[in-house]
Amino acid sequence: MNPDAATIAAGAPIEVDLTPVAEGQDIKVFWRGKPIYISHRTKKQIEEAQKVPLSSLPDPQADSARVKAGHEQWLVVIGICTHLGCIPIAHEGNYDGFFCPCHGSQYDSSGRIRQGPAPANLPVPPYTFVSDTKIQIG
Amino acid sequence: MSGPSDYQPSNPALKWLERRLPIIGLVHSSFVAYPTPRNLNYWWTFGAILSMMLAVQILTGVILAMHYTPHADLAFKSVELIVRDVNYGWLLRNMHACGASMFFFAVYIHMFRGLYYGSYKEPREVLWILGVIIYLLMMATGFMGYVLPWGQMSFWGATVITNLFSAVPYFGESIVTLLWGGYSVGNPTLNRFFSLHYLLPFVIAGVVVLHVWALHVAGQNNPAGVEPKTEKDTVPFTPYATIKDLFGVSCFLIFYAWFIFYMPNYLGDADNYIPANPGVTPAHIVPEWYYLPFYAILRSIPNKLAGVVAMFSAIIILCFLPWLDSARTRSTKYRPLAKQFFWIFVVVCVLLGYLGSQPPEGVYVIAGRILTVCYFAYFLIVLPLLSRIETPKPVPNSIADDVLAKSGKAIASVVAVLVVAGGLLVGGAQSAKAEDHGDAPPAQKWSFSGWKGTFDRGALQRGLKVYKEVCANCHGLSYVAFRNLADPGGPGYSVAQASAFASDYKIKDLNDAGETFERPGRAADYFPSPFPNEQAAAAANGGKAPPDLSLMTKARSYKRGFPWFLLDFFSQYQEQGPDYVNAILIGFEDKAPAGVTIPEGTYYNKYYPGHAIKMPKPLNDGQVTYDDGSPTTVAQYAHDVTTFLMWTAEPHMEARKRLGLQVFVFLILFAGLMYFTKKKVWANAH
Repeated sequence: MNPDAATIAAGAPIEVDLTPVAEGQDIKVFWRGKPIYISHRTKKQIEEAQKVPLSSLPDPQADSARVKAGHEQWLVVIGICTHLGCIPIAHEGNYDGFFCPCHGSQYDSSGRIRQGPAPANLPVPPYTFVSDTKIQIG
Repeated sequence: MSGPSDYQPSNPALKWLERRLPIIGLVHSSFVAYPTPRNLNYWWTFGAILSMMLAVQILTGVILAMHYTPHADLAFKSVELIVRDVNYGWLLRNMHACGASMFFFAVYIHMFRGLYYGSYKEPREVLWILGVIIYLLMMATGFMGYVLPWGQMSFWGATVITNLFSAVPYFGESIVTLLWGGYSVGNPTLNRFFSLHYLLPFVIAGVVVLHVWALHVAGQNNPAGVEPKTEKDTVPFTPYATIKDLFGVSCFLIFYAWFIFYMPNYLGDADNYIPANPGVTPAHIVPEWYYLPFYAILRSIPNKLAGVVAMFSAIIILCFLPWLDSARTRSTKYRPLAKQFFWIFVVVCVLLGYLGSQPPEGVYVIAGRILTVCYFAYFLIVLPLLSRIETPKPVPNSIADDVLAKSGKAIASVVAVLVVAGGLLVGGAQSAKAEDHGDAPPAQKWSFSGWKGTFDRGALQRGLKVYKEVCANCHGLSYVAFRNLADPGGPGYSVAQASAFASDYKIKDLNDAGETFERPGRAADYFPSPFPNEQAAAAANGGKAPPDLSLMTKARSYKRGFPWFLLDFFSQYQEQGPDYVNAILIGFEDKAPAGVTIPEGTYYNKYYPGHAIKMPKPLNDGQVTYDDGSPTTVAQYAHDVTTFLMWTAEPHMEARKRLGLQVFVFLILFAGLMYFTKKKVWANAH
């Protein structure tokens, strides 16, 4: 009952062009049936994400571990709430990040859980920068 | 099943069969001669009611499966086509969907009855545990069945519930992948849920056979909780129990028919009339009402794993009930303290159900935690403690004594409590939606409301005109075919008129060379959508596609609040959708009131949740000409087009209400007949 060959094949890596995404904007792409948020973070968002003391986080993880070095303005996360799988809304909540409308979990501009019932940060999918303006997810 | 049968057939053919397969003897000893306690009350008829519900669900389900397509792209549409095109498809679907709720309603009464009269105690432990297994199977079946229509609540309910298993340490993610058959809830998930939803009812039927077998070995418990000793304590199953069960069943059918014919969507969720969309989460994901108490327990615990464990424990703990409650007196009737705690427990369960339907914030979370503790305390502290310290009242010597000493207990009050409790539960589920709605839409007078409501033909024809000239520029009506315009209970056009109406439209088709060409519409064609696909629709409308209007009046609702949802059950008010749609159409204001700012590219609407709607004001006075002299005002347009959209959402509504009346007359007569037959049969047994 595990995924069949066609489902696995459809889950192959995808390439996403980042040029149309302006600073402060984000796009949602689907990969393996999951929504992936790609956010072009503003200076303020990056600073906020980096300045938070790790000890204050429920699931401590540095911002640098969640983005690629040299591409700090890009945040790529799977937009599925780690509580019960709803899709959080970008640019909402008190932390300049994501807000889940189902049970009120709030994530910051690095996709880390800050408040609410979710146990973990929004996961970062496997991805690489093919060029400065293009990423490959998967 | 209580020892060898003394049944002797007189017909030679039956004799021949009986010597080779004693099946008639088995039925005779189990359901005819079987001794049943004389003092059983009407709570005992729920066993028969549940058997009937299982049969109804399997029968309607098998027929529905003949018309249903288990594919993510087609499932929603196939359900709609069942309702619209299959002969009596609307009846089958209503029976099956409301039947699930009735099944659970009956099983809860059956379980509380077992709890109250100590039916789980020695020697009926296995009988009770089999019952808990049936209940678990029912929950799984019900959940998977709710996924099949593939609406928004189906999809997101499936997502939330399957994600519960991700809380399992180490294997969680693998289990979830195995359930999904992919990387998220999708077509493989729908396929396997359909397969299992078809399989599990037969598993339930098998366990029910074991349940009845165990019942017939241990014998039925009874309100006095003393075992039958002499022949005077029992009566034969037929005719005594049979006729009493028939009366119980016919009363239950009246209750069931009320939902089927008059309130088919009362227990459902408006969001499930929106096709599943993996990119949009509904504001409140609420399970069906029968899962709400357990959902409340899940959410009241801040840790994910602990929450899931608590939820499952809340059911599994029932298996241990025979050993947690070791009191020697079976029936709570003779246990003054246990009786009080029992009713407190019932209230706790109902309140948990209410909380399960509310958003998990503020006082609801605290209350949920307190009640969760109360729920477990009843089983783990109260029952074990009571069985040690309580002094029970003396129980009657025999069932015959109990029958003689019988006093008319306040059954009416119990019924009242249950009705209110049930109403609270289901109403809570409804009111959980859309907390942040705007003002409540003003209630309108609709020709189609109430038990004898019909569509106003004039309004339908005018509404069609408004749709065609205004709404159709942006909104599709893809579930409605031109031929439907000539259907009975519709706008009242002739077949020729419907064909003529269709031929005004250009429909895209393929020619022999595989090229697209346009031909005039035929009666069998569906209303063409204004945009080729959803992306094009969104791109042309500022990023948000105008929704299809076929089901709009059933896919929208607003919070009714306490106590309205309770009154709605009796008044049959179910026009939240039309009221809302009508309110949106008349709710536009030229500019937002002082102090309210709305984003660029949106318009202020008094009744839209959040007030900022993407749709510009669609209707203006005098925009559409009417031939019949009706006023050409926005209010009249809104009323007409909403009536029309109610018809598109439910084209067979008139047939439903008409048949409902006939069924009610029959059922009431039948129940009356059963009551007097029962009185006659039981005349010398009381």
